Amino acid sequence: MSNDDRPVLDPTTDHVVPNPGVEEHIERFTDVDKGAGNRAYAAILAMLGAVPVLVILNLIVYFAIRRHTTINIEFAGVKFLHASAQNFLLGLTAGLGVLLIGLAVVQWARVLMDDHEIVEERHSAASDEETRAIAIEKFQAGVAESNVKRRGLILGALGGAVGTVALPAVVTLADMGPWPTKAMRKETIEKTLFAAAPEKEVLLVNDETWRPIKATDLEIGQLVNAEPSNLHGWVDDEGHHHHEDALEGVEGHQAKAKAAIVIVRMDPNDIKIPESRKDWHVSGILAYSKICTHVGCPISLWERQTHHLLCPCHQSTFDLGNSGVVVFGPAARSLPQLPITVNDEGYLVARSDFTVPVGPSYFERDSRNDYKDGDQ
Amino acid sequence: MMAKPTAVEQDLPSSLENRPAEHAEKHPAAGIATWADERVGLAKITKFGLRKVFPDHWSFLLGEIALYTFIICLLTGIFLTIWFKPSMAEVVYDGSYQLMKGIPISEAFASTLHISFDVRGGLLLRQVHHWSALLFVAAATVHALRVFFTGAFRKPREINWLIGVGLLGLSLLAGFSGYSLPDDLLSGTGLRFADGLIRSIPIFGTWIEFFLFNGEFPGDMIISRLYMVHILLIPGLLLALIGAHMALLVYHKHTQFPGPGRTQNNVVGYPLFPVYMAKAGGFFFIVFGTLVLFGGLFQINPVWLYGPYDPAKVTAGSQPDWYMGFAEGFVRIMPPWEWHLGSTTWSWNIFIPGVGGLTILFTLLALWPFVERWITGDNREHHILDRPRNAPTRTALGVAGMTAYAVLWLGGANDIIAIRFHMNLNQITLFLQWALLLGPIIAFIVTRRLCLSLQRADRERVLHGSESGEIVRTAEGRYYEDHVPISQDEAYTLTQHAQYQAVEADDGTSPEGLAGPAKVSKKRAALSRWYLGHDIRKPSAAEIEEAKHHDDHSDHDDHEVEGSSDKPELH
Amino acid sequence: MNTETKRKRKASARPWLLVLALLVVGIAYSAVAPSQSSADTEMTQQIAEGKALFDVSCSSCHGLNGEGQSAGPSLVGVGAASVDFQMGTGRMPATRGEAQIPTRQNVYTQEQIDAIAAYVATFGPGPAIPEQSQYDPEGLTEEEIARGGALFRANCSACHGIIGGGGAMPEGKRAPSLADTEAVHIWEAVRSGPQQMPMFSKEVLQDDDVREIIGYINNANEQPRYGGLGLGDHGPVTEGLWIFILGIGGLAIIAGWIAKKGARAR
Repeated sequence: MSNDDRPVLDPTTDHVVPNPGVEEHIERFTDVDKGAGNRAYAAILAMLGAVPVLVILNLIVYFAIRRHTTINIEFAGVKFLHASAQNFLLGLTAGLGVLLIGLAVVQWARVLMDDHEIVEERHSAASDEETRAIAIEKFQAGVAESNVKRRGLILGALGGAVGTVALPAVVTLADMGPWPTKAMRKETIEKTLFAAAPEKEVLLVNDETWRPIKATDLEIGQLVNAEPSNLHGWVDDEGHHHHEDALEGVEGHQAKAKAAIVIVRMDPNDIKIPESRKDWHVSGILAYSKICTHVGCPISLWERQTHHLLCPCHQSTFDLGNSGVVVFGPAARSLPQLPITVNDEGYLVARSDFTVPVGPSYFERDSRNDYKDGDQ
Repeated sequence: MMAKPTAVEQDLPSSLENRPAEHAEKHPAAGIATWADERVGLAKITKFGLRKVFPDHWSFLLGEIALYTFIICLLTGIFLTIWFKPSMAEVVYDGSYQLMKGIPISEAFASTLHISFDVRGGLLLRQVHHWSALLFVAAATVHALRVFFTGAFRKPREINWLIGVGLLGLSLLAGFSGYSLPDDLLSGTGLRFADGLIRSIPIFGTWIEFFLFNGEFPGDMIISRLYMVHILLIPGLLLALIGAHMALLVYHKHTQFPGPGRTQNNVVGYPLFPVYMAKAGGFFFIVFGTLVLFGGLFQINPVWLYGPYDPAKVTAGSQPDWYMGFAEGFVRIMPPWEWHLGSTTWSWNIFIPGVGGLTILFTLLALWPFVERWITGDNREHHILDRPRNAPTRTALGVAGMTAYAVLWLGGANDIIAIRFHMNLNQITLFLQWALLLGPIIAFIVTRRLCLSLQRADRERVLHGSESGEIVRTAEGRYYEDHVPISQDEAYTLTQHAQYQAVEADDGTSPEGLAGPAKVSKKRAALSRWYLGHDIRKPSAAEIEEAKHHDDHSDHDDHEVEGSSDKPELH
Repeated sequence: MNTETKRKRKASARPWLLVLALLVVGIAYSAVAPSQSSADTEMTQQIAEGKALFDVSCSSCHGLNGEGQSAGPSLVGVGAASVDFQMGTGRMPATRGEAQIPTRQNVYTQEQIDAIAAYVATFGPGPAIPEQSQYDPEGLTEEEIARGGALFRANCSACHGIIGGGGAMPEGKRAPSLADTEAVHIWEAVRSGPQQMPMFSKEVLQDDDVREIIGYINNANEQPRYGGLGLGDHGPVTEGLWIFILGIGGLAIIAGWIAKKGARAR
């Protein structure tokens, strides 16, 4: 059924109005009026003639205008354009030049070239019966000559051989990256730099200034974008940078992509602190992973009054006053909280690593231990 | 049969001596032409192709924009590769952009800044490249919409439609891989997002992540690998597919819109040489010139403002380029659905919109010609395009799809909309969630009704002509508006389309026995009725004749446009 | 055409800073002036003036002693800097409660604001109105300003967006644009945390850090748009919008011209 021509309601109604044939050709002004033709011709020549001028201007701009010169166009007191002079003028001259070539050529085609439309026959892509028969015949001749009919196994053997050759081709890609086996995951995506604690002291330090943070220096409503001290070292009061266990290059980036945290201070009376996390905070100072549990954007858009933390990428919103549970958006898991305390000098340090993997979900992630609203 | 050696000897002198003499009096170009013809058969190619006819319509140039922007991307891209360093190794910036002085950044980002500030014309070409890439995907998308709404994908062009879908998918990858190269904060955020999407793939996600990034995110290889993808793998595939796309276009000859003299068996238009060549060639320069002006006048992706990528930093208003906006929006408005089964996590909140959205879109696009053919049972060749109104259900489905796409698109910009129009971010998201469910349905109903109204109007126009604007008072004191009959050209254009009847259910046991039709399920028949059964029947030749007489007798009181009984619907 | 921008404060900030500098000098002078008693008197007088103004303008929402009510939060410990920011940018006194307190034309003189600030400072200890040396980015090196950019991206851009253009926050709130904000107000906002903005204490984000951030914001906003017109400056969203409007739209019009049959002789 699907392959016949039946669905047309009534083939005789296909052309209820007789085909009037291609419309009559009417001449253009430029064909009948010599003046109009000449004017169009002149206009095209003018457009093409302007191109070399623009090219010369372009070259002058390239060689004569210094790279860091800026152009400032104000119109009636309104700043209209304040840009790199070279970029602007190079673009303007080259762009107009190229554009004019196009406009001239199109105009030539539109008004000066003959504009009689042509009718060309169209033929079905399908071959006629005779051609098909010949094609089949030729194919069968080839099949017969190849002897596959008598020695049929050869095709299967060939297919199998080529198939097996594909295997090494694919296997060769197996070294594209380390294999995320269970052991590998434990050492990579399921572990952050805070895991060094508590055996080693891991200070929480300011991102970019690398100064450690004293608990007493934080006030209610304060936010700190922080990193562990074993990422990029730390800077003491004298400004001396302790680089002992700083990570470099790719390792540093990979570590930072997991270890970034936000530290916030809230009034302990305003927030819910579950029994299990009673000693994860220092008098209302809490630390959370900065990496969104949705697709991993770093989040620090914290509202001090609502305690909500917003992700600028997809608008997942977490309540830092309630163990980081999701209050809005596409994220499905709470923001992991980092257990922290203070050292002898009153600086914030990590108690241990996060208790669950940070960042976006992945298939092998055991998400049974994540904090859910109401857990104690 | 081999010629005898003696014969060969006899032939040689004549071919060596006679021919140059023949050509001596001809144009010098003829010599070159002959040289080429003797080696590649130039004359045969010219005979076949030089006067090939291309129909003229503005919408046929949309695909050309896509082709030209691809070429422009190649040209400007070559320039950029001269300086760009696809390396994630860290250097301390010491170029001429003051606000980055002394900051440790990757070589990729440093070289992007170098191109922008220290290479003359570098910023211009970078901007032309980026604008051109945006326009490439945009033009390919709009071209695909034109092909969809006019039914140009139908037999015999299904293969070319599939190639086109492949091209569209590759163009997204080309764009995204390029967006990720400068290693600025925005492109790194995009990669972080891509990493999250990949991770959400059940079972294989983590493996794909580790293989692509050479370990956990961000690794040290992703930029150089994407560079290979961006400048070798995808352009190579695009070139090959574009070649096939164009070859099939030439082989099938271009479709044409209905009009006087246009039939399924001809193509009416200008010859390739000279008119079409000039128009298409000129249009290349116009597109190129426009993009160079864009690059000179409009700033795009000011990477120096975003700063270097750092996995702990982000900026408000982080968006992908427009073509990924719908996936981004889908991810934004998705509810937080995630399964925690045993020790595994199934992130439907990311997988469905991110990976699923793209897969669904491209699967639907690829399957559509075959689905439509199955529903309509139509096996005819089509070289005359549908006017979208004459395929109301397809048009309505297309508009419904565009509505869903637009809703997702808005979702991708919800924070920009909130800040720009002082709206509530959360409410926009909630609104869009409902709009995604209801918008396409409303769009479908409205569009189909609109198409049917237009069909009705066409029918009226063919039967009763156009309104002249003159009010005539009859002797009896009645008033009517005089109608002027439309031209035969127009009448033909409005009535040339085929009228389809729905496929009928058939259990395959027709009384004729052997030659009986294949089985058609009741469901398929119902689907076919839903798809085809609403068309307004076009007037028959008899009705047109009748109406002519009717009008001549100036009895005008019974042809109200709506609700009269002379417009039977098909069922 | 002019050459590459130099680091400079906003021209509009100058007279304003002069007034402030004079004031700071005045206060400083009165504090160290030999006549301790006369300085005390001046202070008391200013506080009394401030109380009078406070009772009229602020107490209806914040309570007579700034203890806070449902309509307005407690002002205990917010400090003079907070008052100067809120009133100096025209946010306070607010006319109605809404998600985002808008900035308006400030109708108070600096003396009146200082008086109220001095009075509010008596409620409890909080950050004082800064001296110019604390926030003025003048004299920073290129490297320091670039470092300010890194600090800005670490602490500010998440809410305030690329170079401080502003960003959306939940439930109709927004992080405002910093492009036209006075340096002193940026310093005060950082220290006091107005509305939903978190605060950054001076021990954690030191004055030099804040100066570098301010230096970066000013420079980033004063530099030219090297690439040309900004077209709305909303990144890929506006870029995508324009490629459809101008790119596809413009070229479709040209395509219409190319395919259209020109004027005919009849």
